[in-house]
Amino acid sequence: MTDTAMTTTAVAETRMEDRLLPEKTIGQVHVEHPRMTARAVDVHYGAKKAIDAVTLDIGERQVISFIGPSGCGKSTFLRCLNRMNDTIDICKVSGEIAIDGHDIYDPSVDVVSLRARVGMVFQKPNPFPKSIYDNIAYGPRIHGLATNKVELDQIVETSLRRAGLWDEVKDRLDQPGTGLSGGQQQRLCIARAVAVSPEVILMDEPCSALDPIATAKVEELIHELRAEYTIVIVTHSMQQAARVSDRTAYFHLGKLVEVGETKQVFTNPVHELTQDYITGRFG
Amino acid sequence: MTETTVRVLSPQDAIDRVGATLKRRNRSELKFQWLGKSAIGLALAFLVLLFAAIFSNGIPGLFQHYVTFDVTLDKARLDPAGDMSPSSLYSGDAEALVREGFLAALGNPEGRTKTRAARGILSSGSAQRFVDFVLDNPDAMGQTVAVKFAVDDDIDSFLRGFIKRETPESDRRINDQVIAFVDKLQADGRISYELSDYLFFGSASRDAEMAGIRGALIGSILTLFICVIIAFPLGVATAVYLEEIAPKNRITEIIEININNLAAVPSVVFGIMGLAIFIVTFGMPRSIPLVGGIVLALMTLPTIIISSRAAIRSVPPSIRDAALGVGASKMQTIFHHVIPLAMPGMLTGTIIGMAQALGETAPLLMIGMVAFIVDVPGSVTDPGTVLPVQIFMWADFAERMFVQKTSAAIIVLLAFLIVMNASAIWLRKKLERRW
Ligand SMILES: Nc1ncnc2c1ncn2[C@@H]1O[C@H](COP(=O)(O)OP(=O)(O)OP(=O)(O)O)[C@@H](O)[C@H]1O
Ligand SMILES: [Mg+2]
Repeated sequence: MTDTAMTTTAVAETRMEDRLLPEKTIGQVHVEHPRMTARAVDVHYGAKKAIDAVTLDIGERQVISFIGPSGCGKSTFLRCLNRMNDTIDICKVSGEIAIDGHDIYDPSVDVVSLRARVGMVFQKPNPFPKSIYDNIAYGPRIHGLATNKVELDQIVETSLRRAGLWDEVKDRLDQPGTGLSGGQQQRLCIARAVAVSPEVILMDEPCSALDPIATAKVEELIHELRAEYTIVIVTHSMQQAARVSDRTAYFHLGKLVEVGETKQVFTNPVHELTQDYITGRFG
Repeated sequence: MTETTVRVLSPQDAIDRVGATLKRRNRSELKFQWLGKSAIGLALAFLVLLFAAIFSNGIPGLFQHYVTFDVTLDKARLDPAGDMSPSSLYSGDAEALVREGFLAALGNPEGRTKTRAARGILSSGSAQRFVDFVLDNPDAMGQTVAVKFAVDDDIDSFLRGFIKRETPESDRRINDQVIAFVDKLQADGRISYELSDYLFFGSASRDAEMAGIRGALIGSILTLFICVIIAFPLGVATAVYLEEIAPKNRITEIIEININNLAAVPSVVFGIMGLAIFIVTFGMPRSIPLVGGIVLALMTLPTIIISSRAAIRSVPPSIRDAALGVGASKMQTIFHHVIPLAMPGMLTGTIIGMAQALGETAPLLMIGMVAFIVDVPGSVTDPGTVLPVQIFMWADFAERMFVQKTSAAIIVLLAFLIVMNASAIWLRKKLERRW
């Protein structure tokens, strides 16, 4: 072992720990037509702070991706946007999050209607252990979106078409959704989210359990969905973020370090941490 | 610093060492397998022994001896009021008609000792049986027909060989004259060994040959019905509340500990509580299936709650997320997804609880379900008893025939248990397949 090699690793380690997080988020946190806005959002799990003063706009009919090292709070922040964190007892959210200017944490807001407007797709495909049809029809049924069977059938068909799954499953709608392949299950979950006609779709690492072909299909789908929906996607794949998103937000240790146009963030990152993460020096 | 300090073992050394430990590991694995197999074998052997013991005793208990002879259905003597009503028939001369028919079958023996010996052969319920026969066959009135009667339990024991001919007459429960009559009846082909109708259709009786389990069986069904309709919804609701809705704090923790402790409370305690609360305080009648069912429900509640909670906990959180994610409310998530998925596990707990309740005696003794009740309960508020209590009472009687009836009742209890469990398992399988 040479001395120089040892010093470089030592330097890299100290640099990672010592580097300062920026006081303020770098880049454009605001957009012209925001669908959702977050202002100075803090999230605590008990005494532990998981999100620290994040301010961010989510543009209408845009795809924004959240990237950052594991445990930096991407999922936590994402789950604040449709109040999924309500289910965790120790989780406390402060600050202001609004959809179309209305505070979603206002006591007068009904979470049920919020979640109908802000749908979610999870990291692990989680179809209901019911038929494919019932998986899609469940949301419209509980929200009373269809007045009769014909309408419901239509919703199911269009949702499955949107998710690019129709041709694969149209002959076996009565078979269990859990019997599909992983990639098909994830697209089924996307179709299920789409079926309640949300305005925003949150996706937490939707492709982490999928092979490249299924991933490509889901990405294609996101491309198509962006025409009508606002999409927030958490991903660990730099390429995926670069391919699908209009804007990219980089999180680090609970802070939103940098946000901007995807192209700019990937080609010309401003903060050192963003640079290191994107070039793969840590993560 | 040399290379060798970094590499502890050469690959060949590693393979050798792994090989050495492998043998030991395989051996201990084999040993453990054998241990498990012999444990299962032992359990099976005991099960076979248990079943063999019950069936060898109980199967004969399902049968008993009958004697068939001609009886004249003399309208005038049988039906004094002439309206064929039960009260008229019971006040008539049925007993004398049966006696006359039986004596005729024995060749009309003369003398008091002989007639007394003859009378001892027939079951004391024969007149009653004859009246029932007449009520069932009104067309036979006026004719002379062959009727089948049960023999007294001592005669039954003699026919089974429990009372021996060789025993000196003074030590025998039946005398030589009786044996002579029985021999004659047997020679004439009048004695038959058949499935006991008294066992299945009769109720509690002090006479072994007439004792039956119908009342106890109906009592058990009514009691369990009350038990399940109280314990199952209450248990499931409690489990759902504790798992899904209640805040996780000190109070729920204390409740949880208490429920777990309750599962270990001896069942008599529930009986005493039932006595104190339902009978003494609320003034409900004793011996009724309603109170019995409530007491058993309280007893099985902890079992159902504990297993239901485990079942709810085993529903993957991702399903809850999925439901909440599409905008289902908390209640919708619970009722549409959590409960249906947890239902098989909840049913398993309920089966275990019901099986416990079915076999329970002690708490029911406390609330008086041990009373000697001849009438079959028609509703949950009629006094009654249950199978295990009936078995418990029969086991206490001295007559030889009750030993077999006890075993026969145990077989019926087991059959009841198996039918109940099988239907619950079928139900569970059906629910599972839906998903
Ligand atoms: N339910 C929870 N209870 C307590 N702490 C939690 C909980 N969920 C997350 N955390 C903590 O909050 C921080 C952020 O977690 P989060 O899941 O948001 O990270 P992430 O960026 O999504 O990571 P990953 O890329 O691995 O999914 C972590 O330090 C984690 O330990
Ligand atoms: Mg995450």
